[in-house]
Amino acid sequence: MSETSIQAFARADGGKGIRNLVVVAYLVECAHHVARAVTVPFEGDGVHLIGFAGCYPNGYAEEMMEALTTHPNVGAVLLVSLGCEQFNRQKLMKRVEASGRPVELLVIQKAGGTRSTVEAGRAWVSEQVAALAKAPRVPMGLDELIVGTICGGSDGTSGLTANPAIGKAADILVDAGARVMFEELGELFGCEAHMAARAATPELGRAIMDAMDKSRRVYGMLDQSSFGGGNITGGLSTIEEKSIGAYTKSGTRPIVGMLKPGVKPTAKGLYLLDMIGDGPVRWGFPNINDNAEITEMIACGAHLSLFSTGRGSVVGSAISPVIKVCANPETYRRLADDMDVDAGRILEGRGTLDEVGREIVDLVTRVAGGEPTKSEALGHQEFVLTYKSFAPLGPACLPA
Amino acid sequence: MTGDRALLHLAPDDNVAVALRTLVPGETVEIDGLAVTVRDAIPFAHKIALAELPQGATVTKYGVAIGSTTAPIAAGAHVHVHNLKSDYIVNREDFFEAAS
Repeated sequence: MSETSIQAFARADGGKGIRNLVVVAYLVECAHHVARAVTVPFEGDGVHLIGFAGCYPNGYAEEMMEALTTHPNVGAVLLVSLGCEQFNRQKLMKRVEASGRPVELLVIQKAGGTRSTVEAGRAWVSEQVAALAKAPRVPMGLDELIVGTICGGSDGTSGLTANPAIGKAADILVDAGARVMFEELGELFGCEAHMAARAATPELGRAIMDAMDKSRRVYGMLDQSSFGGGNITGGLSTIEEKSIGAYTKSGTRPIVGMLKPGVKPTAKGLYLLDMIGDGPVRWGFPNINDNAEITEMIACGAHLSLFSTGRGSVVGSAISPVIKVCANPETYRRLADDMDVDAGRILEGRGTLDEVGREIVDLVTRVAGGEPTKSEALGHQEFVLTYKSFAPLGPACLPA
Repeated sequence: MTGDRALLHLAPDDNVAVALRTLVPGETVEIDGLAVTVRDAIPFAHKIALAELPQGATVTKYGVAIGSTTAPIAAGAHVHVHNLKSDYIVNREDFFEAAS
């Protein structure tokens, strides 16, 4: 383990978390209000709301909910079910129990409706918040950290400052033994050959090419690409221009593996996350917004995420902190309260990519040690989980 | 990266540069010893043509192709969605043949 000052929360299943949360999860939209009402008195106490809105069963969503409710940042879980939805609540409850976490299941139709379920839920959460305050602390190194990277609200500055600075940080983190992931295959068009050449093995390179073929087919069939609106206003003209800028946040180290949502990286290094569903094109767009991607990286174990933004996204996330790296100096001045790192200053001669990269790594260490990010302090807890279908990960995708 | 405070030239052979401030028609900006007279208002972080580009020319930024021109573009003009289109297409067999 590398030397840091990070004091993590030890979980019964061996995981180490950088946050100590109670998660309240609704298992259908019909239970959403009750679950949210349970969390209301606990604002600022580390009680986060997540859930799946659909009534019909979906293997991906159930696996995502299992990965999220057993994430190392989570210490206890309250499941809120309406009662007649098709989500397999018993399976999820057993999975959380098996991880050693306290878990409670409230079924609104059995518990007497909204009022009594909210009361029972608040009483249980209150006990768990008190119990989690005594969770054991253990030292944690950067080599135990999983970091996601994402860009959102990109403009002409994203690929000049924040993305390459995150790339510098990714290199430092990978060299320190961390597991770092990048994603959004719809924003890597034109980078296929370079990614395949960076893959640790030729088989992984082919798997990356296959995933990009799938991505092109899916986005082509949907007649949609991850490009438009604010990107164009911000100075980006084509998807390949946006992609090259986005790709720079992966840094320069070899790509050691390719993940799918919910699959954890198994060894140190840089990973590509394939988030485009497999099989026939269905369920709609692969990622309806940035938080859908952040949620998937968290399901892959990300303790925190590095979020590059030029236009100025303000989002955070449930479960794992989001560090916002602002690419555009004008945006930073306008939205400074929401931004953790001013990478746009590079364009004004007030810093270099290397300096900002090191600043990001320092902030990662402090946030892992408990310092709240701007979005955390503001109470952001965005969360999105939609229907998807995935085939199992291919044989060459994880490091041997 | 080289350039004065008006322009950012990401790679030596790029035929566009990125505006680091709003550029005004008629002003002259210098990049790597080359003087360019600005023809259009160019917003911050948008691209300016550093040379005359015929229709169908490949536009490069970061040293890589980002699309091709859909109209002749004069040096100093704004290069954006009105005169630049995506050429995104991949032939994976070409890549693997080249790699083997």
